[in-house]
Formats: sequence, structure tokens, C-alpha cells
Amino acid sequence: MPLTETIGAATLDSLAYVGGLARLTGGALRAVFILPFQGKKFHIGRAIHQAMSVGVEALPITSLISFFVGTILAVNAAYELRKLGALHFVASGVAIAITRELGPLMTAIVVIGRSGSAFAAEIGTMKVNEEIDAMETMALEPVQFLVAPKFLAMVLMVPCLTCWADFMGVLGGGVFGVTSAGFTWGSYIQATLDALLERDIMTGLIKAAMFGLVITAVGCQEGFLTGLGSEQVGRSTTSAVVKSIFLVVMVDLIFTTIFYVTSPR
Amino acid sequence: MSPAPTSKPSVTPSAISVRNLRVKYGEREILHGISFEVPAGETLVILGGSGSGKSTLLRTLVGLEQPSSGEIWIQNKDFASISDDERDELLKKMGMSFQGGALFGSMTVGENVALPLQEHTNLDESTIEIMVRLKLDQVGLSGFESYMPAQLSGGMKKRAAIARALAMDPEILFFDEPSAGLDPIIAAGIDELILKLKKAFRITIVVVTHELASAFLIADRMILLDKGVIVANDTVAEMQKSLQPRVRQFLDRVPEPELTGEIDYLQMLTGDVPPQRQ
Amino acid sequence: MDISTRQSGAATIVDVVGDITLYNSPQVRKVLLELLKDKKAPRVIVNLEQVRYIDSAGVASLVEGLKLSRDLKSTFALYGLSRTAREVLELTRLIKVFEVYDNEEEALRGGSTNVAPAR
Repeated sequence: MPLTETIGAATLDSLAYVGGLARLTGGALRAVFILPFQGKKFHIGRAIHQAMSVGVEALPITSLISFFVGTILAVNAAYELRKLGALHFVASGVAIAITRELGPLMTAIVVIGRSGSAFAAEIGTMKVNEEIDAMETMALEPVQFLVAPKFLAMVLMVPCLTCWADFMGVLGGGVFGVTSAGFTWGSYIQATLDALLERDIMTGLIKAAMFGLVITAVGCQEGFLTGLGSEQVGRSTTSAVVKSIFLVVMVDLIFTTIFYVTSPR
Repeated sequence: MSPAPTSKPSVTPSAISVRNLRVKYGEREILHGISFEVPAGETLVILGGSGSGKSTLLRTLVGLEQPSSGEIWIQNKDFASISDDERDELLKKMGMSFQGGALFGSMTVGENVALPLQEHTNLDESTIEIMVRLKLDQVGLSGFESYMPAQLSGGMKKRAAIARALAMDPEILFFDEPSAGLDPIIAAGIDELILKLKKAFRITIVVVTHELASAFLIADRMILLDKGVIVANDTVAEMQKSLQPRVRQFLDRVPEPELTGEIDYLQMLTGDVPPQRQ
Repeated sequence: MDISTRQSGAATIVDVVGDITLYNSPQVRKVLLELLKDKKAPRVIVNLEQVRYIDSAGVASLVEGLKLSRDLKSTFALYGLSRTAREVLELTRLIKVFEVYDNEEEALRGGSTNVAPAR
């Protein structure tokens, strides 16, 4: 096949994939926000159940990772700032890097590993066992029944987790700041608060919500695309993780650019 | 039967009417123009070897596969052209029992049976509980409400799936290989259940199977499907008397190669689409 | 489906007209539960003469009525079953669980002496 044709085909495939994600997201949003007003039941219990497993159960690992990332960030910043005699910038550096970027991103990575993969595995297994088919013959719409509660849970819980991750990251940086960079807890917190703008936190949380959408869409779509045979479930799960990480980074890039362009100078 | 694509507003007493149905998987055509009727309250058994297209036919009838051409009328509604809501209403009157059960693995047996009732009706939870026990009792699974599907044997899964298919008191029931892989006593029990359902509720039943004994017991009419075309469509008695070679071959269980010609064999090996039989 | 009640001596007769199905059986259930629980009716008789078809939701509602009547020490009977309704009760093995009569007079005469066998 000529190179141009290969590139063309790959581009079309990618567009079709993204189109599928958009359709899934649209269907889920419709199920959450429109259909309940047309008399269709929305499975709030399922959404709460999902929120527990997506959010609450992810707290320990998210805390641990963002705490250490905060510390690592502080150490790395200190490494350079030390040369300039500017160790007092450690607090602001950590605060801004965590809330704008690493808090949302680390949270997204944890959620991809825990929940995105689980969505793909759950729906993939149901696909292989004909459970999705069974659902359709029972006039139950899989998007309404399975996907919508996940979307709602993720869009709410990923920002919440991110908030907590921001806090733990700052705390992690603080441990280094207090022990090795001449801060007291009081001065570290004050320096952090001085450095942070509301905008930094808000943009981080908006990104987090977007990551939640992307991770859910990819996880569910990979589940639905699972072929026949149980070994396909493993393939879908891997694929969900890889594609989610890639797309989260892309969405991050896009939103960071938008925030940069629209920010007041 | 006219295969005219311009659908006339026909009113038939049939529960299911299939007209010149073709189904493709990608480029490969599985069903090459199939037509038949299932009168309300009758049991149709679709017989056929593996690869005959019988499972595809069943999946198409319940809306899981889209026809590439032709029509499926269910209770005088064209399945392809109705609105989503009408389609849902129709689906609620249909029950499907999958070969492997297709029970929801994350729910108990009782929750599986209760699900369509909870989703589609305003029945009280206490009424639903009684209905679930009634349905499970009918398939011989009393007391298994709180079991998870994974804890059940293959036969029990299948029966639980039938209970779920019965949950909404369907007017049309579809069975995919209801007795395949079951021990003879349980298989006989399922045949008997199908007969009872037909008698008491006058359900229209479509069964796909390759189990001849069970087919002759439960069927009013039979269709023999071979390589995507109907070779015979007759009453049970006529079927048994049939002298058609393909019918005899299937009913007398003659091994396949004895009747397959060299051309068919070559086509099978090279993967070409077999010629259409008339 | 229409449902109405009338009094005949100590017994309350519930006349049901039309099919009892998934979608209207909650009405039947409501009437039965009200009679038994709130109005403490000592004997409830359901007239099914005008009921052609009864599905399992209908059967389940009747079972609820029967159970409540036993809990409250009142009695519960059916009469006028169509052939289909009878077959449905037979299929679900409930024909012997319910107190079933052919017509109203028998249903009114029965009751105090003729209590359906316990399970």
C-alpha cells in the first residue's frame, strides 16, 4: 500500500474512533441530563456505586502517589533553585506545578489504571458473554444502563480526587520544604497560598473533569469493541489503558493551550 | 410470496413474517433471501447444521443483526422501520433465551429475573419478588434467587435465562439451542416447559436447535436451513415424510461428506461463497 | 381494566373487568391491600368472570392478597376463572393454593368452613 494511502486510512480510523467516543459521550450525557425528564429511569444507585469505586476507593493510592510526587517535585526544584540561592521559591513552584498540571495528571493516571481498565474489562466480559446482546433484547439501552452512571461518577469524582491529590502533593512538597529548605509549616503554607491563584486550581479541575470524560469514553468504547473470546477482554483492557493515557495527554495539551491563550496577561 | 421491496400495508395474522431476508457479515452473505411466517401461538423450530445460518437468523429476528435487505414483520410491525420507542415496546413483548444463558454476572439470579420488571414496569417490589419466585419455580430453580450465575451449572444457567426471558410474560419467545449441552432429563424438562408455556399462555415460540428429538416434540412447524437458504418448511408430520435429499440427510443423520460434491468441497477449501440452492 | 367493590353480607366482592397485566396489576393490588389492611374486610372475594387473561403480575398481586389475608386471619377467594386464567394458575401450581369457586353463590357460601389448605 502506498504511504499516502496508509496515512489516509490511519487518519480515517483515528477520526472514526474519536467519533465513536463522542457518540458514546453524547449518548451518556443525554441519558443523564435529558432522558430522566422524559420519564426514563436513571440509575442513580448505580452512579453512586460507581462513584464509590472510582473515587472513594482510589483515595489511598492517589494520596500516596501525589504526596511523593510533591516531594520529588520539591527536591528537583530545590536542586536547581539552590544554585541561585532561591530555595524559598520551592513552595510556589510545587504549588503551581501540582495544581495546574501534576495533580490532575497523576490522578488521571491512577484512575485510568483502576477504573478505565475496569470499565473495559467489565463491558468486554459482558460483550463476550452475550450480556450486552441480552440487554438489547430486553429493550435496555446499554449506554443508558451501563455507561451513563459511569460518566456521571467519573465527571464528579475525578475533580474531587484531583482536589485531594493537589492537597497531598502540596503536603509532600512541604515535608521537604520544612525539613531541608528552611521553611516552617506556617511559612510554607503561607508561601503556597501566596503563589496560588484561584485560576490555577480551577483550570486543574476543569482538566480533571475532561480527563474523567475521556477515560470513561475510552474504557467503555474498548469494552464494546471487544471481539469474541475471553482473551479479547485482556486486549481491550490493555488498549483502554494505553489509549486513555495518550488521549488524556492530548486533552491536557489542548486545554493547557486554551487556558494559556485566554489567560489575562 | 412477493419479494417486492415496496412494502404493502399488509395485515397478516402471523406473529412473525419474514420476507426475502438477506443478512451479511461484512462482504459475506449468511442468509440468502429467506421467507417464512410464524402464525400466532405456534411453535416454529429452525433446524440446521452448524454454519447453516440459523443462529444469525435468530439474532436478526430479535434485532441484534441488521438485514441487508428484506423485511421482518413482528406483530404486523416492520421491525426495520419503526421508531425506537415502538421497537422497545415490541422488544418488551419478546423474550430471548441465549445459548449460554447470558445472565448478568454481577447480579444474583433473582436480580437477573427482576431486572426487566424493575426497568419497564411500575410494579411494587413485593409483587416483583413474588413474580421472580414464580418464574424460577417454573424452570425448577426455586430457592436459587440469591445465587450468583457463576455458582450455577450450565443447565441451571440456561433455565435461569429462560426464567428471565419469561419475566415480562412475553408474547413471543425465542430460544437459542435450549437443550444443547444439557443432560437428557433436564433437556426433557425444558421441552416440557416450552409445551406448557405454549398451552397456558399461547406464546408464539421460535426455537433454534439441532436436537431432533426435542424438535419433533415441541414443533408445530419446522424449517430446515442449509447454507443460508430454506430447504424445507413444513409441518412436523410432512417433514418426517419428506423425501427431499437434504431433509432426509439431516433427519437420518447422514454424515456430511457423502453428499457433498467435489465442487462444494473445493469451494469450502478455497473459502468461496457456496452456490445458492433453490 | 376496571375494578370496583361491593358488599354482600360479610363478604366484599371485588369485580374486575378486563385483562390483568403487568401494567395494571398495581391497581388490583392496591384495592386488595386497602380492603384487607385498612378496611379490615373479613372476607374478600375476587370476581374474575369478566377477566379473559391474567398474566404473572396479576397472579403475583393475587398471591399478595392471599398472603395478607392469611396474616390478618381473614379469608380470600376467587371465582369465575376463565379457561386461560385457570391454566395460568395451574402452570404456576397455585390453583390448589387459592380458594377457587365456580360462581358467586358458591363463593359466598364457602369461606368460614372451606379454608384453603395450608402449604
